[in-house]
Amino acid sequence: MSTSPKRVIPIKVERASTLSPADQASVGAICERLKTLPGALLPILHEVQGALGYVPDDAIPLIASALNVTRAEVHGVVTFYHYFRTHKPGRHVLQLCRAEACQAVGGAALEAHAKRSLGIDFHGTTADGAITLEPVYCLGNCALGPAALLDDQLQGRVTCDRFDALVAAARKGV
Amino acid sequence: MSAIKIYVPRDAAARSLGADGTAEAILTEAARYGISVQLIRNGSRGMLWLEPLVEVETAAGRVAYGPVNAADVPGLFKANFTSGNAHPLAHGLTSEMPYLKNQERLTFARAGITDPVSLSDYLQHDGFRGLRAALKMSPADIVAAVTDSGLRGRGGAAFPAGIKWKTVLGAAGPQKYIVCNADEGDSGTFSDRMIMEGDPFVLIEGMTIAGIATGATHGYIYLRCEYPDAHKALNEAIASAYSEGYLGADIQDSGKRFDLEVRLGAGAYICGEETALLESLEGKRGQVRFKPPLPALQGLFGQPTVINNVITLASVPIILDKGAEHYRTFGMGRSRGTLPLQLAGNIKHGGLVEKAFGLTLREVLYDIGGGSLSGRPIRAVQVGGPLGAYLPESQFDTPLDYEAFAGIKAMLGHGGIVVFDDSVDMAAQARYAMEFCTVESCGKCTPCRIGSTRGVEVIDRMVSGDNPVKQEVVLRDLCETMVHGSLCAMGGLTPYPVISALNHFPEDFRTRKTNALNA
Repeated sequence: MSTSPKRVIPIKVERASTLSPADQASVGAICERLKTLPGALLPILHEVQGALGYVPDDAIPLIASALNVTRAEVHGVVTFYHYFRTHKPGRHVLQLCRAEACQAVGGAALEAHAKRSLGIDFHGTTADGAITLEPVYCLGNCALGPAALLDDQLQGRVTCDRFDALVAAARKGV
Repeated sequence: MSAIKIYVPRDAAARSLGADGTAEAILTEAARYGISVQLIRNGSRGMLWLEPLVEVETAAGRVAYGPVNAADVPGLFKANFTSGNAHPLAHGLTSEMPYLKNQERLTFARAGITDPVSLSDYLQHDGFRGLRAALKMSPADIVAAVTDSGLRGRGGAAFPAGIKWKTVLGAAGPQKYIVCNADEGDSGTFSDRMIMEGDPFVLIEGMTIAGIATGATHGYIYLRCEYPDAHKALNEAIASAYSEGYLGADIQDSGKRFDLEVRLGAGAYICGEETALLESLEGKRGQVRFKPPLPALQGLFGQPTVINNVITLASVPIILDKGAEHYRTFGMGRSRGTLPLQLAGNIKHGGLVEKAFGLTLREVLYDIGGGSLSGRPIRAVQVGGPLGAYLPESQFDTPLDYEAFAGIKAMLGHGGIVVFDDSVDMAAQARYAMEFCTVESCGKCTPCRIGSTRGVEVIDRMVSGDNPVKQEVVLRDLCETMVHGSLCAMGGLTPYPVISALNHFPEDFRTRKTNALNA
């Protein structure tokens, strides 16, 4: 009696990490240093984003394995929080406040001007890679709105002209 | 001649208008004139429309100049401002300026006066006196003092702080925690930021007292990541508190231990809700927990936990220092003590105003705030953040008191007051409230997660004139479901701004066409 043809179950080879060896080492060192902290995941994600500018998808397996949790759990946390991003940002991150106190002094007009003049929507990066525009809900500068946070520097009374000047200075800086 | 002391705030709001450049220009000009200057980067006085506010120490007291941009500095030196001389930007003695003079500063007593990260400044201005008193008291007596003071949670929910502490004191657990909620996400609020940047030691002292009172030996400050300046100030202050024995294994040789660290949030508004905050501190998605169990019994990592807002904890030192009775004498009804109000949005004199409860909104808006910034009539005011009701002019005589605000279906919340002039479109504000909820809902409760999206759609249909009478019925019904079907304030209070806008400003929800017909 002839045997039926063998069924072949294809084995999917996991694609190689796209992280550079230097970035892998950097994520590994951060995990090693912080993994014993109680509630270590957020501090680790902050440090990874601080070092790399974002939390790459390929960093997630490294973090999950260091904390002995599933990748899904890490992915769930990364995507829950607005601050963590999974794509490389521009050289400068400009966060524009959308909240009520800034709306009361022309926040919506500034938002429209920002998107038009940069040619991008929120979460986008300008073609020259200089500016990533992000929405933010309150920067605590509510008496001096409209407010923005350019990298780590808070800005107040951001008129359209001041916005243009800030962007021009940032582009010139780096 | 000794160096002249000049103060330029390091507060983020002052820096957002160029305080660093002003400070640099002062040092440059002083060198040019050969004047010896000691530059102190103080906290902000809270008169934010005058920032950067520069102060010069004179024999009579500190003289204020503001707003001082870097370009104004050469002129100030020419006018000899280092002697406190007259200048168009001069305001006389800072302490005599009416905005400040009429305040009742208890929690913010030192803010703007001292160098925020100087422990010796803090000690010279009555710092750690509350902790010293607490170290001589029994835990139960400390809790009793906080209860007797009438202090209620300043984060918004206004729950009596002493009762929370008492529950934790009575709970058994191998490790108890003090958690400070510094996730100040409400638009129009910045008092947490200002105290953390302007007097971080008072928060450290308040948390240490809470630890001693409840038997907790570890504290976390959960700080929103949108506040990089506060992060820096807190870390500097914590480091020097450790090195001088005000934190650590043996606080001031008392044998009591208290450790403190700052943890950063990551831009999720919902993490200002206490149980979501605890989840986030544990390294999880910030999803709201069911209550019970109360965090006081099973909080952080399942252990008994005191979780209080920054201002609540920062108000504790003065209660222990001056006594519960002293604190109680301020305020009205069941709202005791003071509330640091934050005047924001379209307001001429925006800033921080600490006053006893009981002022009316009208007094705050016009007598203190000076009316709108644009000079147009004030049409609506939102009190208590994005979940607070919009109040029309007819409600401006409501006193600032938790119960009085609850009585008009509004909330005092964290004391943020956002002013809008008559150019505001209240239907757009109602739509924004729903939109904000779609962005920030943690997703646990269906009425909040999905209801907010439906709410945006219903309001859009309403203002476009698509069967508006029926849409209004749907919107009110939806809001009712959100109020009763959500675990926390996010879904439960989002209807407040929506319904208040609809009730008080119905004309904004009609299309232009129907408005023209009615006219």
